[in-house]
Amino acid sequence: MYILKLIFRNAFRHKLRTWLTVLGITIAILAFGLLRTVISAWYAGVEASSASRLVTRNAISIIFTLPLSYEERIRHIDGVKIVSAGNWFGGIYIDEKNFFANFAIEPRTFFDLYPEIILPPDQMAAFIRDRKGFIAGRKLAERFRWKVGDSVTLRGTIFPGQWDFVMRGIYRGRDKNVDETTFYFQWDYLNEKMKKTAPQRADQIGFFMIGVTRPDIASEVAQRIDNTFRNSIAETLTETEKAFQMSWIAMSQAIVTAIQLVSFVVIFIIMAVMANTMAMTARERIGEYAVLKTLGFGGGYIAALIFGESMIISLIGCACGMAFTFPAANAFGDALSNFFPVFNVERETIYMDIAAALLVGAVAGIFPTWRSVRIKIADGLRRIG
Amino acid sequence: MIPFSYNLRNLWTRRLTTALTIGGMALVVFVFAAVLMLAEGLKKTLVATGSLDNAVFIRKGSDSEIQSGIDRLQASTIETQPEVATGENGMPMVAKELVVVIVMPKRGTDKGSNVVIRGTSAGSLLLRPQIRIVEGRLPHPGSSEIMAGTNIAKRFTGGGIGETLRFGMRDWNVVGIFDAGNTGFSSEIWGDVDQLMPAFRRQAYSSVIFRMRDQSGFNVLKARIESDPRLTVEVMRETRYYEKQSEMMAKFLRILGISLTIIFSLGAVIGAMITMYAAVANRVSEIGTLRALGFRRRSILTAFLLESLLLGFFGGAFGLFFSSFLQLFTISTMNFQTFSELAFSFTLSLTIAAQGMGFALFMGFAGGLLPAIRASRLPIVDALRAA
Repeated sequence: MYILKLIFRNAFRHKLRTWLTVLGITIAILAFGLLRTVISAWYAGVEASSASRLVTRNAISIIFTLPLSYEERIRHIDGVKIVSAGNWFGGIYIDEKNFFANFAIEPRTFFDLYPEIILPPDQMAAFIRDRKGFIAGRKLAERFRWKVGDSVTLRGTIFPGQWDFVMRGIYRGRDKNVDETTFYFQWDYLNEKMKKTAPQRADQIGFFMIGVTRPDIASEVAQRIDNTFRNSIAETLTETEKAFQMSWIAMSQAIVTAIQLVSFVVIFIIMAVMANTMAMTARERIGEYAVLKTLGFGGGYIAALIFGESMIISLIGCACGMAFTFPAANAFGDALSNFFPVFNVERETIYMDIAAALLVGAVAGIFPTWRSVRIKIADGLRRIG
Repeated sequence: MIPFSYNLRNLWTRRLTTALTIGGMALVVFVFAAVLMLAEGLKKTLVATGSLDNAVFIRKGSDSEIQSGIDRLQASTIETQPEVATGENGMPMVAKELVVVIVMPKRGTDKGSNVVIRGTSAGSLLLRPQIRIVEGRLPHPGSSEIMAGTNIAKRFTGGGIGETLRFGMRDWNVVGIFDAGNTGFSSEIWGDVDQLMPAFRRQAYSSVIFRMRDQSGFNVLKARIESDPRLTVEVMRETRYYEKQSEMMAKFLRILGISLTIIFSLGAVIGAMITMYAAVANRVSEIGTLRALGFRRRSILTAFLLESLLLGFFGGAFGLFFSSFLQLFTISTMNFQTFSELAFSFTLSLTIAAQGMGFALFMGFAGGLLPAIRASRLPIVDALRAA
């Protein structure tokens, strides 16, 4: 018990220095936590995807379409329960800065396939009835203060023209990791207008979302779908939803890796600061350690003193940093909601925070401990600051 | 004035502390410089891709060539505009191009990434004089031959010379590798537009590009084109077009860079402050002696500030030294706006070096100011008694 008290007293002997160090660690842990959260936000789409859903798209790349006639052919393939078609619309609301994802979908099958998207029944009925209707996620509706019944116009980039919509509902996510910033409207509206303005681009589908009867046969079903369309004009590539989402992340892998690296650099920087504090502390107390040794305390005792102090400072900093991570992540998530629709601090991030703090504490203690334990009593007593 | 060697010797006496403080600062400067270098590399690549003399036509409302479509009728209206320059052989310097992306696997993995395929016509090469063949030869027009940019040949399976790609139910032979220097074209594959259009079942070009006879006539051209009822296109200078293509990525890098720098520098300033406070605390009697010898408060303040600035200087120098090695690396990632792969490298410019060093000195100054003030305010008698 005595040693604990001694460690605490030691840790707060130089109040200014200790608090500066704690502040430094707080900032570092906060930065580390935020960076890890950015990475997990990157993977949010993967986390939210289901193993029993497949995505079929043109094998050349996502910008090529598939004929509408494929929908019926896929529906008849063994193991397929639901098929729903969709198009990335790429519309812009007033200005390019207001980016959000917008998709043309087939509402009837879409809601069966995505039970995690929750829309009140009356709003759903109104949406299905109105060909020009659209629904938006809760966060998106809040961002632009849209209310049910409002008219919204998007400028088409892929599909030219001004497109008018009427808001018919606001959806919520069943789970925390569901993206609530998406804009969905009726695929029929898109197709009718394309038939009039650019008939050769009508009846074309960007991707099919497919529900399979059992998750464990997903890969066989995917194989079967691709075999059906092999050597046709539009060959298909079918993957699980998870793999589809992963393929997007793989393309921006360099950025994810860079952020990961930087998050470790933060820890290195703070390690240098912390090690510096401990080195100075131990150097100033060399005389005291020599006295302790003279009194008969062993090297282990001195090591425990230095290590304990290092750990206490770094853990206090860690606790403060973690406490600030949550409000900071909320503020950050609001500011960057068009980059990252889902921005939650994960439990894993907290564990990594603690691991980082322990590591910093331990590494910072090693060198001063080694020096203090090894020093000869006479040298220690003789030495001045 | 207290001699400069006093500062250097002090730093040397506390080698470990000095090294750790400098190390922390060097890391901060390294990250700071790295992000700036990345943004600079991106900017340089995209600026170099476009030419001020070239005008790009895409469909009105589309943001990029990939989303755009210009039918043959409109394309021929555009190519007969009076502003089109004539080349050496008397042919107009016009290119009607198709731009699509295909998925190609990266070498060494089975993970695919989107790669731009550009269907080119005879004028395409005239408009981009920076392109030269480094291996093999130019593809023959009218055949299933293609050529790949150096970044594609290196990174993607099927992009090397002698390899084949399969799409549109045909095999395409890579017969040449071209180098477009530090531009976006180095991340593209080029083939004959009249072969690629039927292969991809496209009836429309993506863009029309021509060299202007006189680049100052751009505004007149723009006004006429955009009020022409036969055309639903939008015209931009090529430089502006490529600048727009990277706006989102540049913004992302900027936000990332600024927030990281602020957070990191706080950490490093705290590190410097701890070191300098300790330096002052350890030397109280020394300071008293100096004052008793007749050195003024101002000299003490300068001496400690100088010491802290030295820490910053060394930190900055090491950070910049190590970050200069980053220039050997090339980053290849997806540009969200074009859905396709773009390679660019870290680029160290004189401005970045100056900014990095300025930043390091600022950190040293901010960390050393308070401790130096404390040192200069110590009363002589108390300080001498402290030992």
